[in-house]
Amino acid sequence: MLAESLALSAVLFTIGVIGVLTRRNAIIIFMCVELMLNAVNLTFIAFSRYYGAAGQVFVVFVMTVAAAEAAVGLAIIISIFRHRQSVNLQNINLLRG
Amino acid sequence: MTHDYYPLFYTFNFYFFGVAAIASAIAFVTRKSPVTAALWLVTTMFSLAAIYILLDAQFIGVMQVLVYAGAIMVVFLFVVMLLNLGHPSEIADARGKVPVLAAALIGIALLAEIMTISRTHIEPHFAVAPGYAVDQLKQYGAVGSVARPLFNEYLLAFELTSVLLLVAIAGAVVLGRRKDIDAS
Repeated sequence: MLAESLALSAVLFTIGVIGVLTRRNAIIIFMCVELMLNAVNLTFIAFSRYYGAAGQVFVVFVMTVAAAEAAVGLAIIISIFRHRQSVNLQNINLLRG
Repeated sequence: MTHDYYPLFYTFNFYFFGVAAIASAIAFVTRKSPVTAALWLVTTMFSLAAIYILLDAQFIGVMQVLVYAGAIMVVFLFVVMLLNLGHPSEIADARGKVPVLAAALIGIALLAEIMTISRTHIEPHFAVAPGYAVDQLKQYGAVGSVARPLFNEYLLAFELTSVLLLVAIAGAVVLGRRKDIDAS
């Protein structure tokens, strides 16, 4: 099942990348990043059957980082929304020269 | 490539949840409403949890449901609710032609990598003995087989994770605070 798992992981990662590139809603882009993290986790789990349980430990760390990232990122989105009344990335162009 | 024997029931379940994961992921990126998208993402995560369990990672499967589908997605839905993101102006959010074209190109490039990936073979030098994961499960249980490396080889990384979480909590509180309420 290794090849099938890796193919599934690649397809999910691709869908996540396409979501990040084609959507403008900051929250949906954020969820696409979570989908990409999940795809990577699947790769770790698939390889952990052949290379030992360290892959599962890595998944635990990835989940922790994802939780921390969700907390900070959503706080940033809330703070942007207070200033701009929007989470549409087209309206957030403060750094544009 | 390894040629393990898998029963038909196992293969059927693997493909069923794999197709469910891909279908709900596609539904997730194409939905306009953030709430609908979030619910489709929860379906993807549940399907992935089932696949983790099929791949002998029971503990990670449970963590997936508890942490991802439970905690992280609930936080996302809370923010969607808090910001009241249902307005038509917020919903129309597809980008122009250039990003869609770039996405298609990157998608094709990544999918081409699948062909390479599927032909992977396990280096016998690094690989553990066949049936190692099942033996670990029998000997230490689903939690113990993850906990042993976590608290031996990766103890330092585990301790550093607590600092990361503390920083994240402090950062979220500082960023989410409203200045006008603090002043009074």
